[in-house]
Amino acid sequence: MTSNLLVYLIALPLFGSAILMLAGRRSDKWGHLFATALSASSFGVGLYLFSQMLSRSGSNRAVTQNLFSWISVGTFHVNAGLMLDQLSICFVLLITGVGTLIHIYSIAYMSHDLDRRRFFAYLNFFIAAMLLLVLGDSYLNLYVGWEGVGLASYLLIGFWNQKPTYATAAKKAFVANRVGDLGLSLAIMISFATLGTVSFAGVKEHAGQASTGALTAIGIMLLVAATGKSAQFPLQAWLGDAMAGPTPVSALIHAATMVTAGVYLIVRSNFIFDAAPTAQLLVAIIGAITLLFGAVIGMAKDDIKKALAASTMSQIGYMVLGAGLGPVGYAFAIMHLLTHGFFKAGMFLGAGSVMHGMDDEVNMRRYGGLRKFMPITFATFGLGYLAIIGVPPFAGFYSKDKIIEVAFNMGGIKGVTLGGAAMLGAAITAFYMTRVVVMTFAGNKRWDEKAHPHESPALMWIPMVLLAVGSVASGFIFTHGNSLVNWLAPVVAPNPEHRSEMLKPAVVSIMALVAVLIGVGIAIMKYLRSQVPVVAPENVSIFTKIARRDLLQDDFNEAVFMRPGQKLTQGLVVADKALIDGAVRGVARMTVGTGSTLRNTQTGFVRSYAMWILLGAIGLIAAIWVVTL
Amino acid sequence: MNPANYLYVAALLFTIGAIGVVVRRNAIVVFMCIELMLNAANLAFVSFARINGNLDGQVMAFFTMVVAACEVVVGLAIIVTIYRSRRSASVDDASLLKR
Repeated sequence: MTSNLLVYLIALPLFGSAILMLAGRRSDKWGHLFATALSASSFGVGLYLFSQMLSRSGSNRAVTQNLFSWISVGTFHVNAGLMLDQLSICFVLLITGVGTLIHIYSIAYMSHDLDRRRFFAYLNFFIAAMLLLVLGDSYLNLYVGWEGVGLASYLLIGFWNQKPTYATAAKKAFVANRVGDLGLSLAIMISFATLGTVSFAGVKEHAGQASTGALTAIGIMLLVAATGKSAQFPLQAWLGDAMAGPTPVSALIHAATMVTAGVYLIVRSNFIFDAAPTAQLLVAIIGAITLLFGAVIGMAKDDIKKALAASTMSQIGYMVLGAGLGPVGYAFAIMHLLTHGFFKAGMFLGAGSVMHGMDDEVNMRRYGGLRKFMPITFATFGLGYLAIIGVPPFAGFYSKDKIIEVAFNMGGIKGVTLGGAAMLGAAITAFYMTRVVVMTFAGNKRWDEKAHPHESPALMWIPMVLLAVGSVASGFIFTHGNSLVNWLAPVVAPNPEHRSEMLKPAVVSIMALVAVLIGVGIAIMKYLRSQVPVVAPENVSIFTKIARRDLLQDDFNEAVFMRPGQKLTQGLVVADKALIDGAVRGVARMTVGTGSTLRNTQTGFVRSYAMWILLGAIGLIAAIWVVTL
Repeated sequence: MNPANYLYVAALLFTIGAIGVVVRRNAIVVFMCIELMLNAANLAFVSFARINGNLDGQVMAFFTMVVAACEVVVGLAIIVTIYRSRRSASVDDASLLKR
């Protein structure tokens, strides 16, 4: 099936971005409305395509559109083509849907910012790039979108680049992403070298003939790409600092969509990972490490956005873990991605709403008792909270429990380790999210007399309410009659063999609920029953101190990469000066020296020249005579 | 007569000319010595033509004469101009063109 509508999904927001950037200040008055309208119309196109998809049967739901021939060298052809299948449409609806809500929210949130138009231009650009990422029909097309979202992320993290720390945060995110991007480009090169093609369909077709070693190499490189974009261990350090961007950006890019691109990449490449078990296991291990890593950081953060960022890292860890569990896990990874898109975006918008009412205060120790002043924010944030910790029947319960269950059912030591990590992560998640909610909305007030907390305007709380509805309902919708698993079946080909279930789903659910209750209980004991100090206590255990320093991730990067890197560049500078410059200068000095020596023969006396000519002629004749002798 | 004797004369003339160019300071004398070297070369050419029994050397001698005539015209003009401006025909006085 082909459809010529696909390009409009991308073209509409891209057009909006171009207009806003080109029109400049002239579009200040209507730019935000224009951008929101184009994002919404892209969502409309997505809904129309989705409805058309629903009317077709499972195997021919995917539609493609060939735009133009991009690269044609010898036997190597890459078309700029788009492909919308069951997996892409989930993302398209998430990106444009949540994206439009966040556009609406930003109209109010950014209303006092002089550069609001530029902000909306970047937002539209992000939507276009992200859609290109999920709609590209080859790794090369995906790569373009992949770089585009990286650029948008950089621009938006550093949106308030008048503050040097924010600009640094943007650079940090960009550099970390570049490391991951290197993995993706290497994966594309290996794929081209061994399989001769870079399109998804082509790689899927030829993957059977390639050696396991090559596929493992591609898989690991794709994993490196995913760790960079999705803030997974060991490239996770940028996400916390990325919170420097305006809160809607954190909600859209660094919670709901862009950071999940790595999960998309892994699920999209399922045919590679299924054929390379080592790479697949590595994916699961990275996911398990990150979900605990993020959760531990989340426990120690006092900055509400950084706590949520750590939580995002941890939740994406769940998705990557799910994607690393093979065919049984792909659909659940995507399910958690979608539900997370709802509840985490909702909570970030809630955090933005709190900041909006509290004069941009982000320290949760300066909040407290806000539920009376911000009832709608409290309600929507609370629903998102119930969803993320996995209380039935909210969304997170369905998606996260499935991942835990599948992890346990891998069997053997692998299953126990991964499942145990996921279970422990659930308990910690419950702890730190309860901490966030209690410190922000419950307890007694700890803010300044100058602050006047108030509920946000309707333009802000309507998107929050809609996202909260999604956090409540999406899990049930996706699991009702196995709808999402069946929907994605043509793309990710679930394993037909029936696995022995080590633990029944009900047992896993009960265990997870107990873990969650323990986490919630500890948090309530610690933060609700006792007074929360306004200044973070200093006499804490070494573990808390390390967690506050983001588990030393920055210290590690600085000690292992940045300092030696600086030494390396300093060494290179010395080598450059001594060797390269030395060689060039040496040649110059030699020429000058030879010249000034030879200059002495230029006496100006004609007879001396005649003498030299004569001697030369005699020498020449003598040489000839010697040679012919 | 042995043709090699002409070559000996030519070598002698050339040596006298070369020594004269290197040793003498008067531009006119230097010039005459150059002419002497040219004519020594001409004599050698003609002798070789005789020895080898063809006309190549004689043709070259004519060329040399033409070139020498031109050279005399240009050279004398330069010498006269230098003499007029500097009141001296010494080649060592005209040594401004140096480092």
